[in-house]
Amino acid sequence: MTSQAVRLFRKMDGLFAVYKPQGVHWKHVRDSIESNLLKALNSCPPPAPQLAVQFQLLSGGENSSSKDVVLSPSMVPTLADHPLVTGPQFHKVHVGVGHRLDAFSSGVLVLGVGKGNGVLEHLCKSHVTRDYTLEGEFGKATDNFTHTGRVIEKTTYDHVTLDKLERVLAMIQGANQKALIMYSQVDLHTQEAYELAVRGLLYPHGKSPPILTGLRCIHFNPPHFTLEVQCVNETQKYLRKLIHEVGLELRTSAVCSGVRRTRDGPFKVENALTRQHWTAGSIIQAIAHFSKATRKIRKSGMYKQTAGQLNSSAQVQEQTRSQTEQINQEHVELSSSTSDTVVDRETPFH
Amino acid sequence: MHVCQRCVSLLLSRPLSAALQHSTRALHQRSHLTLLQHSTRHTLSQRHSRQTWRHFADHQAASPDVYNKIDLAQKQVVPLNSEVHRIDLDAAVHTSPLQEISEEEAVQIQVPSALPPESSTLRPYVDKSETLSKLVQLGVNLWKLEQRPNVGSMLVRLDFHADVAPRLLFLKDLGVEESKLGQLLTKNPFILTESLDNLEARVSYLKSKKFSKQSVAAMVSKAPYLLNFSVERLDNRLGFFQKQLGLSAEKTRDIVTRLPKLLCGSLEPIKENLKVCELEFGFRGNEIQHIVTTVPKVLIANKRKLTQIFDFVHNTMDVPHSLVAKFPQVLNAKFLRIRERHLFLEYLGRAQYQPSQPNYISLDRLVFLPDDVFCSEVALATLEDFERFQKTL
Repeated sequence: MTSQAVRLFRKMDGLFAVYKPQGVHWKHVRDSIESNLLKALNSCPPPAPQLAVQFQLLSGGENSSSKDVVLSPSMVPTLADHPLVTGPQFHKVHVGVGHRLDAFSSGVLVLGVGKGNGVLEHLCKSHVTRDYTLEGEFGKATDNFTHTGRVIEKTTYDHVTLDKLERVLAMIQGANQKALIMYSQVDLHTQEAYELAVRGLLYPHGKSPPILTGLRCIHFNPPHFTLEVQCVNETQKYLRKLIHEVGLELRTSAVCSGVRRTRDGPFKVENALTRQHWTAGSIIQAIAHFSKATRKIRKSGMYKQTAGQLNSSAQVQEQTRSQTEQINQEHVELSSSTSDTVVDRETPFH
Repeated sequence: MHVCQRCVSLLLSRPLSAALQHSTRALHQRSHLTLLQHSTRHTLSQRHSRQTWRHFADHQAASPDVYNKIDLAQKQVVPLNSEVHRIDLDAAVHTSPLQEISEEEAVQIQVPSALPPESSTLRPYVDKSETLSKLVQLGVNLWKLEQRPNVGSMLVRLDFHADVAPRLLFLKDLGVEESKLGQLLTKNPFILTESLDNLEARVSYLKSKKFSKQSVAAMVSKAPYLLNFSVERLDNRLGFFQKQLGLSAEKTRDIVTRLPKLLCGSLEPIKENLKVCELEFGFRGNEIQHIVTTVPKVLIANKRKLTQIFDFVHNTMDVPHSLVAKFPQVLNAKFLRIRERHLFLEYLGRAQYQPSQPNYISLDRLVFLPDDVFCSEVALATLEDFERFQKTL
């Protein structure tokens, strides 16, 4: 007979997404989620204490002498099983973090609980891209590329127009496409490579620098502007540096005032949990919501592992490409915003 | 002999119950049947992994039918007596374990409990120790206390009637509720080792400073370590608060009753916080007095977090000093909460914090209301809108 606490613990297995607020370290997010889960588990009623036989010496009847003493057994709950002596039933819940977000950024943070931690590893190794929204501001440059840093220089930005910005973005995108082709180690003169590139299924193999697979400007109101980025292997500092470089290319300077992750693989911002919902009930609901995506990631991860054992590079590349095709098809089906970027990716490719 | 070897192997292989006490001679002479009988009669406590050879002090019961079997065994064992004498170290034991005793005597056999000499938890001792079981019944969290170094050993060594009971009665006389005693002892088990004279001296000092009986009881419940501090230290702190804050005796007593932690901690962070309020924030003396009397927690708040909140409220939300001094609860709230709510109101165009203008939102309503009430009454929007907005920040 499993107790209520154990039944609740068994439901906590899988991946879910959380919206990390700005200014909070990702470790605090992970710790508060773990403590909320433990609170829910330990508030379940503890199992009944064990009963022990205790012989109590009772003198029988009127005779006070030792002749008539009776040892009467009784079942008494042992104090050694009292919750104040044994402590809480659960001390630890394994909560792992997927792709990390630094304190300045906000957005979707994927967490795994229990058996989901193994799937997290597959997610990190799999070919998923991440979606960011970058807010920038023309006119100044700081030491850490954010608007809260120490200002190093100030410039004018009246000469900046939308088409100049778009030209710069197109140039950056072109450079990134070349890097993508180089790091994906395909021979572009072959027909299969061309088809993969057309469908947007090229992916860097092994170690590579951050590569942007998609980049466009969604809002332009000088001095403020907003970029949308799809990238792979990135860090948030690289993205802030990107804003700074955009400013430099436009012969002005720019700082980043916000980095927001809107998508991490199949986990999107609409289903991420905000701070009020970091409770056990909502988390279990979110795990159930993402269970399909989790299963696909686990399957693709296991497939890649067995593929690695085959020890044939061509076969590996084909199989992994078919997996990325599957996952990317999901993205294309589910999200409409990436469809624009698919179009964008095709144009600079020649 | 074959029988002897079988007996010895039986005795050596089977782990003996600690409740059973045998002498060496007794073990060899008893058969395994009596061992079983005794194990069912007495309550079993911990089993030792190795054998313990102890003095056998009392008589042992042997029912008549077993006696015959033992007799038989003894006849077989007779040639071993010489061996037995060689191993027999307890020459003082003259009583034969095979002597019959009455039921009453058997029942009165005291089996001293064999507690493990050391253990990493208090679990083996709880059932046997009167102190520990009474503490558990009071509601003391022994599991938390045993995590702290040396506290577990201290509790096991306490005697209930000599140490614990007089202090519990003292606390009850003071007016501390029985339901709060458990929490108090969990936070501060060292009150059980503080001498009663000291405790009484400190309580009489507080009463001499005109703290009422109820306020002293409330202070002790809220700050369990209060009575462990010396009279000089309490006096020093009370004097500091009265002098530094420039408050009347009545108001100082009020602050200290509401937040007795002020008397327990160090004064350096409090001095830092006061300096920050005066110099960095720019509050005047009477404003600081009003803030501290309304929200005493500002004195022991984290300096960095306090600065962050004040910076946001004053510079980003454009709230003047006078309004912040009027609603000091803002300084006690969580920064993220203030930030998200302010940005939501700004997005809706309802961020109006000047009392002279229409649609004014007071700072304490901004901070104090729960989310759903805030959304419906202050922001005039739905909770889903607020959550969607949170995901755009």
